[in-house]
Amino acid sequence: MELQSLIYLFVGISFAVYIGIALWAKAGSTKDFYVAGGGVHPIANGMATAADWMSAASFISLAGIISFKGSDASAYLMGWTGGYVLLAMLLAPYLRKFGKFTVPDFVGDRYYSDTARLVAVVAVIFVSFTYVAGQMRGVGIVFSRFLQVDVNTGVLIGMAIVFFYSVLGGMKGITYTQVAQYVVMIFAYMIPAIFLSLQVTDTFIPQLGIFATTTFAFDSGISVIPEGTYLLHALDQSISDLGFTEYTQPGNLWNMFMLTTALMLGTAGLPHVIVRFFTVPTVKDARISAGWALLFIAIMYTTISSVAAFSRVNLINNLQNTEYKAFVNGEIEGNDGNWFKTWENGGLIAWNDRNGDGKIQYATGAAFDGAKGKPAFDGDKRAEDGHRLVTNAKAGADEAEMAKGNGIANELYVDRDIMVLANPEIANLPNWVIAFIAAGGLAAALSTAAGLLLVIASAISHDLLGQVIYKDKETGKSTLNEKTELMWARVSAVAAICVAGYLGINPPGFVAQVVAFAFGLAAAAFFPTIILGVFDKRMNKEGAIAGILTGLIFTFSYIIYFVFLGGVKEDWLFGIAPTGIGTVGTLLHLVVALIVSRMTPEPPKEIQELVERIRIPSGAGDAVDH
Amino acid sequence: MSPEKAEAYWKENIAMIIKLLIVWFIVSFGCGILFINELNAIEISGVKLGFWFAQQGAIYVFVILIFVYVKVMTGIDEKYGVHE
Repeated sequence: MELQSLIYLFVGISFAVYIGIALWAKAGSTKDFYVAGGGVHPIANGMATAADWMSAASFISLAGIISFKGSDASAYLMGWTGGYVLLAMLLAPYLRKFGKFTVPDFVGDRYYSDTARLVAVVAVIFVSFTYVAGQMRGVGIVFSRFLQVDVNTGVLIGMAIVFFYSVLGGMKGITYTQVAQYVVMIFAYMIPAIFLSLQVTDTFIPQLGIFATTTFAFDSGISVIPEGTYLLHALDQSISDLGFTEYTQPGNLWNMFMLTTALMLGTAGLPHVIVRFFTVPTVKDARISAGWALLFIAIMYTTISSVAAFSRVNLINNLQNTEYKAFVNGEIEGNDGNWFKTWENGGLIAWNDRNGDGKIQYATGAAFDGAKGKPAFDGDKRAEDGHRLVTNAKAGADEAEMAKGNGIANELYVDRDIMVLANPEIANLPNWVIAFIAAGGLAAALSTAAGLLLVIASAISHDLLGQVIYKDKETGKSTLNEKTELMWARVSAVAAICVAGYLGINPPGFVAQVVAFAFGLAAAAFFPTIILGVFDKRMNKEGAIAGILTGLIFTFSYIIYFVFLGGVKEDWLFGIAPTGIGTVGTLLHLVVALIVSRMTPEPPKEIQELVERIRIPSGAGDAVDH
Repeated sequence: MSPEKAEAYWKENIAMIIKLLIVWFIVSFGCGILFINELNAIEISGVKLGFWFAQQGAIYVFVILIFVYVKVMTGIDEKYGVHE
């Protein structure tokens, strides 16, 4: 079957399944809408959490980042998994015992203040929108490649699908859809990984593939590394031949430390992940559910490091000194370059024949002038051999650059985001594998987008409308009846989807980086507040509000200044990159909260009793309404 | 539950969490970052040990840590009669 038809078939079937589940799991009450009725089995919740949390960034971008950055990018692998240990031990069981619907619920009740609740609502919306923008860009990329539509149309299709199951089913619909999405994702990731591992190293389990030896003589263009060399040795040698830092060589350990910490604390503070632990029946289930979630994530995450190494090897092996024209026309036996043409059409790959030999050369340095070496295409104009023309091609060879790369001038631009999606094609895997990865990429982006949108919707309908605006001053209860609140929840979800769609069409930046920022913000805004709420009985509302604001404002300003307003690297605080600044934000939050709380009155007696109750698992019961 | 018993339960809980978090810190920040260069001197089948910890090893340990936590915590809950 043709690749395109297979893609339509696989994507179509998976969408039909999601929509079918959404119809089956329609939310009938606010409790269904916010916490899926509170009766989700811990293993199902683990899968849903894994899908919820493994985003387009994990599925699409992460292997690409590691592939190009090697050892330095380990921060993402450790950070995005290590946070679950904190989540399981410090947050999940207590939040489940507390037994409400949302994170602002916890903040508002524990800190007996609507101001605190409001600050938390703003922080939730802020963090989630930052994150969802990255997801929507991911949705656009995947759709544009696999459904042959432009990115904006892709975003619109994604919005329509998410709209269907999140607005209709709420948390209940999303939970069971995410279980299906996890299954699709994990197969879509593992099957090509196993193929690649067998192809590059003859090892069936990808995780062990990096310990194996190569199955072919590997020509970097400078030297030929004989068959049977250890994979990572071959990779280290070839890329240092080409002028790059060795793959396994760590760089700036200080920034790696800060980034890992920020990602861990952020994972434990992300509202859409935390809220998943409100959906299981008991405290014990909340603990074990975090374990299942991490296990399901680990299956993919331990594979990512291998996929990253394989794909870098594959890229060099298939492209180096390959004649462009014969390659893209599929005239080279066993190395079909059709994928190169497709991505070139999409503008994510470009070639600049600097030495005029008609062959592709890959080395360190940029092939194009300008920001990050990105090509500026000259409309749809093409050269005689068919490659796309650009207006910023670097002419001729650059001596200084070539000296670094042992005599090769780089002619290639590859967008890192395409590595996972293009990998099966680069490796010439069968069409059904490629179609499967399309369905997986869409599952990854859609599941996270839906989870985030729901958190935004609950923050607006439950916390803002129900607990602040329509609150009866006398009884402290919401004056909205169940049906009206459910209606508002759906309206909020629609509004959130529209904003997210706008952000997807006008994306604020590179996918994984935007996501890393969201983690920094989540860490600095929520992590300390929840931890202190459980572990420090003396923490009061003044401390909490001061802490959240300090963490959020500091982290946000630092990122905005250094990423978007042109701040320079030399001015970084203690040399900390903006992606890792959440760690400092969290620390400031903690310090400010502790100092302010000790200078202001202690919390009322009933709050101290509430904290004592949260600490004991028995009697969690249902998630209770106000 | 008496306040003394509740306090004893909480103390035991915290003591265990601290122990597990020390392991968490050692395998990730210790092996994967702070001592990565020293560990990279050791190589198994072409893979440097520090690099392996940072890319795969730490993750395996994280999973084990949570399941150990659940098991021990269930024991503590039962000992104090606060399980559900």
